[in-house]
Amino acid sequence: MRLEPIANPSLTRTLTPPALAIATTVIIASLLAMLAGANPFAVLGLILKGAFGSKFALLETLNRATPLIFTGLAVAVAFRARLWNIGAEAQLYAGALVVAILGAGLLNWPAVLLLPTMAILAMVAGAVLLLIPALLKVRLGVDEVVTTLLINFIFLLFISMLLEGVLKDPMGMGWPKSARLIDEARLPRIVDGLRLHWGFGLALIASVIVWIISARTTLGYEMRAVGLNRNAAEFAGIPVGRVLIKTALLSGGLAALAGFSEVAGLKGNLTLDLSPGFGYTGIIVAMLALLNPLGVIAAALFVAGIFVGADSMSRAIGVPTYLADIMLATALLLMVVAILLTRFRVVRE
Amino acid sequence: MPNKTEAQVVLRLDKITKTFGALTANDAISLTLHKGEVIALLGENGAGKTTLMNILFGQYTADSGSVEVMGSALLPGNPRAALDAGVGMVHQHFTLAENMTVLENVTLGTRPLWAPGLDRAAARARIVQLAQDFKLSVEPDARISTLTVGERQRVEILKALYRDARILILDEPTAVLTPQETTDLFETLRKAIALGLSIIFISHKLHEVMAISDRVVILRHGKVVHEGPTSGTDRHDLAARMVGGEVNTPTAAPGVPGAPLLSLRGVTTPDRGSAPGLKSLEFSLYAGQITGLAGVSGNGQAALADLVGGMIQPAKGALMLAGADVLHWSPRAAVHAGIARIPEDRHKTGTIADFDLSENAILETYKDPPFSRRGWMNWRAAREFASRIITSYDVRCPGPGTRIRLLSGGNMQKLILGRVIEGSPQIILANQPVRGLDIGAVNYVHSQLLAARDRGAAVLLISEDLDEIMALSDVIHVISEGRLSPPFARGSMSPADLGVWMTGHGYGEEAAHAS
Repeated sequence: MRLEPIANPSLTRTLTPPALAIATTVIIASLLAMLAGANPFAVLGLILKGAFGSKFALLETLNRATPLIFTGLAVAVAFRARLWNIGAEAQLYAGALVVAILGAGLLNWPAVLLLPTMAILAMVAGAVLLLIPALLKVRLGVDEVVTTLLINFIFLLFISMLLEGVLKDPMGMGWPKSARLIDEARLPRIVDGLRLHWGFGLALIASVIVWIISARTTLGYEMRAVGLNRNAAEFAGIPVGRVLIKTALLSGGLAALAGFSEVAGLKGNLTLDLSPGFGYTGIIVAMLALLNPLGVIAAALFVAGIFVGADSMSRAIGVPTYLADIMLATALLLMVVAILLTRFRVVRE
Repeated sequence: MPNKTEAQVVLRLDKITKTFGALTANDAISLTLHKGEVIALLGENGAGKTTLMNILFGQYTADSGSVEVMGSALLPGNPRAALDAGVGMVHQHFTLAENMTVLENVTLGTRPLWAPGLDRAAARARIVQLAQDFKLSVEPDARISTLTVGERQRVEILKALYRDARILILDEPTAVLTPQETTDLFETLRKAIALGLSIIFISHKLHEVMAISDRVVILRHGKVVHEGPTSGTDRHDLAARMVGGEVNTPTAAPGVPGAPLLSLRGVTTPDRGSAPGLKSLEFSLYAGQITGLAGVSGNGQAALADLVGGMIQPAKGALMLAGADVLHWSPRAAVHAGIARIPEDRHKTGTIADFDLSENAILETYKDPPFSRRGWMNWRAAREFASRIITSYDVRCPGPGTRIRLLSGGNMQKLILGRVIEGSPQIILANQPVRGLDIGAVNYVHSQLLAARDRGAAVLLISEDLDEIMALSDVIHVISEGRLSPPFARGSMSPADLGVWMTGHGYGEEAAHAS
């Protein structure tokens, strides 16, 4: 068997493999549900209902999608330029850390000043955290997969140290968590009475901005050129090193906004369980979105929906929530194969 | 020489056909090879030689037709089967593991990976014996990364012999060799024939074909257009058959030289691996002239091209543009200095395969108006520019939104040509501009270079094809081991004269004069 590239894939060929991937994911999930002794239709129905079936469910899904949009964007931006940023998790915590420090009374500013300041400084923190591996890569050729991945562990331990030490909330009954943010440091809700904060709005705006950068600016052109063919980019005079550094700054900043939005919008303080792996799930989101900044929104909603839906389903009929992880992993693997099949045809020999 | 009619047939290709999309790479090709025979497989780039050999070796599967080795059918699409049947292939681009030793490379894949107690001693003895029998001098424990190109090729041949190959396929084996190494290779091949091996020798260097082969098979557009004994033919005859008599190369009237536009003053660049850097080069490109750079591949051409193209800076010496020293040198500086660069590898460095034509057209100038202003792209301007190139340079494609991956090599090269020539550049760096193109595209590229010269541009033409150099150049330099010969005026040197310089002779005498 061999793969042959397809010159001009038809619309059917472009859409069929992803549809089959989703269908196969559903079938595999059903089999697992049956294995757990439940009616697969009930399980899938409950997941769907739990994710999108009510106002409450929908808002929960949107809230969960918010950090995933940011980390998904961070990964998509970096991967497009072939900068393998596996460190969105640490960058998220870097942003969260800035908010936890500045927002808990250190700056007693009005919200209109405080929120943008925190957002910008959070981005700076995330950007700096990715700048180090990016510089090591550009200057010394150090593999950024290794460095960004390892920084995740170092940085989480660092946060843990701070939460057990200087940042520990004196009123926190001994729990490792930071002091609560002042009211001015909290992201307001989009609509009064609905549990959805402006972090989601910011995530949508960020997606559009990243899309505009990618499609309409010289930086976006440079980033795509560097990602698709570094040799040719260099020959044409595109400053490859500088483009990678700029990409790193943008990517790290976007991931840090996830931390900003989670602390300032949802949680109100910094804890070690702020992110259940949003940084890593961002990789899945970005890949499902084919690295398209607008596609990230849809992919994040899909992933968040499965998580939230599976939680609710699990509460209702007791099939473990691990089903969500399996569904995501299956969807991702099948999607990768599906993407291959939209661009290549299998030739039997 | 073995008697062809009685010698045993070791290989029979029967009506091999292979298509890639709309292109018929091989069209019902039949071929027989006898024991102890050398067949030269000739043809232009893209004539289907490599495809045919890849089918024989099992890397491609033919759409129809069959392969028979030693009288039994060969399982198609299976390199393992080909190896086991005694077919050994030495690829144009070597397939060696750089970080392993010669011994490890030769034995790689000949025994199970989990075999305990490696029989290194036996393997080593065998390799040493083979090296002796076939006059292939290599050190079994040397790492591949430390070997020269010629030595690597010997390892490839050893690999085939170690697996008891009875049929050796050599795909353009001399393209990367010095004449001395070529002589050594031919000696090895003659030993192999004497020991009863059969050889298919792919080349387009006609004098080598005349020297080594018993029989010549010429492919054109995927078809066998000539087959016959080497002794009954000559180089001119073969050349005419290869291109099909449609050799109407653009006629090059001599150019009118003007002022020097770009000069190198004692430029030295560091060596890179086995390829030499430049050794105190003194050299100028004159307006209205095509300067040809001849030489065996890997003698410093890449370093000179990279230097003129802005990819590297001189380690010593100076680069001068229009009489002034260049202080800051980069690809962008080169583009802004009006140097049109046609890179050696249009796939790897010339274009971005998944970019469309507009995006590729502005690759060098995207930062300048009208293609962008203050960091904002103007895609309409890019599309218009690409459309203009498509029309004026006859790029066959559905439109500026087509991904360049889908274009043929010739059309890709036309886009690159348009991209760099559209701005009426003063200096043109053409590095192997027609490699792999069909004859029509070749003539087109050449006529564009001549037109640019007549407009007053200085052209540096780098090519390994001496005929191309001699046909177009007003002045010829030869490069060998990073040293440059004095300029030779058009028509003042025969190919044989240039060949002397290409083999590295002549430079020493000059050095003696200078001292």
